[in-house]
Amino acid sequence: MNLKTMNKTTRSNMVTYLMVIIAFVIVQALVSSGSISSSLKGQLVPICAYIVMAVSLNLTVGVLGELSLGHAGFMSVGAFSGVVAAICFGQTIENSVAVLILAMLVGGCAAAVVGVLVGVPVLRLSGDYLAIVTLAFGEIIKGIANNLYVGMDANGLHFCMIKNTLEMTDGTMLINGPMGLTGIPRIATFAMGFALIMVCLFVIFNLVNSKSGRAIMALRDNKIAAQSVGINVTNYKLMAFVISAAMAGMAGVLFAANFSTVVASKFDINTSILVLVFVVLGGLGNMRGSIIAATVLTVLPEVLREFSEYRMLVYAIVLIVMMLATNNPTLKNAIGSFTGKFSRNAEKGEKANG
Amino acid sequence: MAKMVPIPSKGFMKESDIGQTPVLEATHLGIEFGGLKAVDDFNLTVGRTEIAGLIGPNGAGKTTVFNLLTKVYQPTHGTVLLDGKDTHGMSAIQVNKAGIARTFQNIRLFSSLTVEENVKLGMHNHTKYNTLEGILRMPKYWQEEKRTHERALELLDIFDMANLADYKAGSLPYGAQRRLEIVRALATEPKLLLLDEPAAGMNPSETEELMENVRKIRDTFQIAILLIEHDMQFVTGICEGIAVLNYGKIIAKGAPQEVINNPEVIRSYLGE
Repeated sequence: MNLKTMNKTTRSNMVTYLMVIIAFVIVQALVSSGSISSSLKGQLVPICAYIVMAVSLNLTVGVLGELSLGHAGFMSVGAFSGVVAAICFGQTIENSVAVLILAMLVGGCAAAVVGVLVGVPVLRLSGDYLAIVTLAFGEIIKGIANNLYVGMDANGLHFCMIKNTLEMTDGTMLINGPMGLTGIPRIATFAMGFALIMVCLFVIFNLVNSKSGRAIMALRDNKIAAQSVGINVTNYKLMAFVISAAMAGMAGVLFAANFSTVVASKFDINTSILVLVFVVLGGLGNMRGSIIAATVLTVLPEVLREFSEYRMLVYAIVLIVMMLATNNPTLKNAIGSFTGKFSRNAEKGEKANG
Repeated sequence: MAKMVPIPSKGFMKESDIGQTPVLEATHLGIEFGGLKAVDDFNLTVGRTEIAGLIGPNGAGKTTVFNLLTKVYQPTHGTVLLDGKDTHGMSAIQVNKAGIARTFQNIRLFSSLTVEENVKLGMHNHTKYNTLEGILRMPKYWQEEKRTHERALELLDIFDMANLADYKAGSLPYGAQRRLEIVRALATEPKLLLLDEPAAGMNPSETEELMENVRKIRDTFQIAILLIEHDMQFVTGICEGIAVLNYGKIIAKGAPQEVINNPEVIRSYLGE
């Protein structure tokens, strides 16, 4: 397809795909040439997971326009169910990529189911109330996961809650209460993380540019008007929420499969807020911004290690500077005039405003 | 106590519409908020291709009538027949699907979306592909997007707005936003179009143009239009029947000249 005949959104989406692909190729090259520090190398899969988290939360917060503070809860559901699935599939299937894909599907579906269960009653609320309920949901999931025991022996899977009453003689514990997931097969790879990002971007971009995506954005802009043209508010709200939850679930599987143990408290309110920071700093509804923010803000604490105890101070300053800079009209214009050369529509937009 | 001026509904109807099922038949329609009767015993019949006006002083309950017809509020009394079908128990969404579209007094556009997207949203229920086909970009998606794109431009062309298709709806001037709202409502393929103060904030020449366009819409789409308006020149110039509302009750209805010479209407609304 010719780049010039495409409309503005399609072009912008292509740029985002391209950016992700180029970044992947460069990092892959750096890794194989060994010129990347081992601590940063260990961050690659978590970065991918956080990017997927940020992009999926952006669907809820940016595109649907509802504030959710329980996104890590879905990540947790995905991680726990996906890892159990991975261990089960791992016994019969040799290929680790296939196992990971199946685990992601299981994790994504589990998170989607929980998304529906939470979404149906909760999406009647909006604004602050929705934020409070989703916050509580995240904590409940953490509480459940902290008290869940799952073991596996020759007879299959065994579950129990609160106290470990599984009396297995020859089995292994998969989820061991507050000790979390143990014995996870470390099958997550950077390439799989990249693939997941691409799939999520594909789904979100294509969703947003279809009639369903338009309906979701219409709800954000004006709910009463949306109803007046016959758009089913509940359905589309739920759709955005569940797709977002499913992606978070897959990100959870990817994240967990990168470590040999993961505890439930990893997916707490701090993680939810961290992902929200990625979304807000990257720009609401702006997927490319979310990707960049997630990458930069995950790498930053590593890079700032040389500041030792001032690390978080510098981190905070960087956040504030980023916020001010992206809202500064002078800077915006400077960037605008630079990028204006590449987008013909920028000029058009100015005329419409003036 | 306001004196009711009894004019039979038939006389309020265009000749060509007589004998056909009226598109709208509201009988004894009413709503109470607590003890307040915002609309009381509202009876109105609108013919299939009629342009009807609803006028009255501020706070008379005109917009409330629109909200009752479109089920933003559920009426506490009375029935609304749309094309002969009872709309009792329908939601706002179902009523739109059944054939009532509206605009709003305080403009409600999807302001961060483009003009074309706004119109395409009007066609939402007539766009025949599902979410999965949309995400996977099946052939159906491309066909339907192409069809709705062309249709949207056609509809925008009624108001000469096709050239604005790519602008953000929120960035349009006020008059254009009002017109876009009408186009979006038309895109839902209604049988009855409700316009809430379409000429508000427009200058005389814009109002003139709007009058022609409203007529054009009725003639090309063969639909009924019920409008609320304070600009009496607009109302008398375009409406074939007028109903006057005061304190939630209809105080007069009939042909424009009859109504504006009605002493009760002059006393309570038009002024001596």
